[in-house]
Amino acid sequence: MSKVKVARKSTLIDMTAMSDVTVLLLTFFMLTSTFVKKEPVQVATPASVSEIKIPETNILQVLIDPQGKVFLSLDKQADMVNTLKAVGEEYKMTFTDAEIRSFMIQKTFGVPMSNMKAFLALKAAKQDEILKDYGIPNDSLDNQFKVWIKSARSSNADLRIAIKADMATPYSVIKNVMNSLQDLNENKYNLITSLKEVAEK
Amino acid sequence: MAQLESNDGGGGKKKKGGSKQKKMSMHVDFTPMVDMNMLLITFFMLCTSLSKPQTMEITMPSNDKVQQGQESKVKASKAITILLSGKDKIYYFTGEPKYNDPTSLNPTTYKSAGLRKFLLSRNVDAVKEVEKLKKDKSDKLITKETCDSLVKIAKGGKETPTVIIKAADDANYKNLVDALDEMQICSIGKYAIVPITKQDKDLIKSYELANNLPLSNLK
Repeated sequence: MSKVKVARKSTLIDMTAMSDVTVLLLTFFMLTSTFVKKEPVQVATPASVSEIKIPETNILQVLIDPQGKVFLSLDKQADMVNTLKAVGEEYKMTFTDAEIRSFMIQKTFGVPMSNMKAFLALKAAKQDEILKDYGIPNDSLDNQFKVWIKSARSSNADLRIAIKADMATPYSVIKNVMNSLQDLNENKYNLITSLKEVAEK
Repeated sequence: MAQLESNDGGGGKKKKGGSKQKKMSMHVDFTPMVDMNMLLITFFMLCTSLSKPQTMEITMPSNDKVQQGQESKVKASKAITILLSGKDKIYYFTGEPKYNDPTSLNPTTYKSAGLRKFLLSRNVDAVKEVEKLKKDKSDKLITKETCDSLVKIAKGGKETPTVIIKAADDANYKNLVDALDEMQICSIGKYAIVPITKQDKDLIKSYELANNLPLSNLK
């Protein structure tokens, strides 16, 4: 035993407890999180008091930007592949494996069929950059939107259609989309909105 | 990173001699671990959307031609037509349209004192009923399922108004959603989105002319 013992306190803090907490939080976030989908255009959805949550799977989301460009997204990659093939058949186009793979990893798609091949040949970063300039044609002359919806429906009968449009989108654009859906007998769909505080009575 | 530490605390310092005996204690430094976890948490927090978006379910009339005589007629006394026009303007009229009488058109607003007040006044019974049911539900007198089905019945009652929403091309999506939202707030079970007709547009125009309002850009 030493005679003189300098009482020096250690500056180390026990981080075990802290680590426990962080791991717990991390686990929570990892389990509850759903990743934000990358969308080509920023859309501010209008608010509503509706409290129905959107189901997680089997969603065909129709994204409409203020200028009226239409994009689609599907949550299952198998559906995406089948849809692409069906649409390709309609337009007499076949896709190579590389093109299908390139299409499969896209979160949102919306390129006219005439540009589809050239678009799929591009690198992923470049695709994201120019996707927002396209959009699926949806007018009476060239209604590719209808073909997409029809093909998606044929590849997955349980799909729910959800429309996500910007607040400032003119009604004429929405009307076009709704009319196309109506022509396909898709009469039940959801409108995605954000939550509004409960309105005062 | 684990370190064996002697109780004199001096990590790399030379000891001043003396005792050779050490009290060994095992410390694992968790600081880097915590750092890394914090980083991951930050990443997950930023990359995720915790709140799922809300949705509104709508059912549109199907395109199939209804056979003559089988279509459901709306009682004129119970019909309310709402016209959504550009620049957040909104008009309504009740009953059968009187296309040559601009005074039949009433302007209103999206605020709670506007459209909502009018719709609530036309739908008093159903609103009361629905409120009572909701109260019962929160008091646990009835289950959610019964409440939902009863609400549906109350909303679809014979005396409830039927609202026809017609939006002009220059109205925006927010207007439409706001109007649909009012239907929900005012417990209106029967409503439909119907394409606007030329006569409706002319009615808005003649109303604006009669009241010296700036003309809407209606095609």
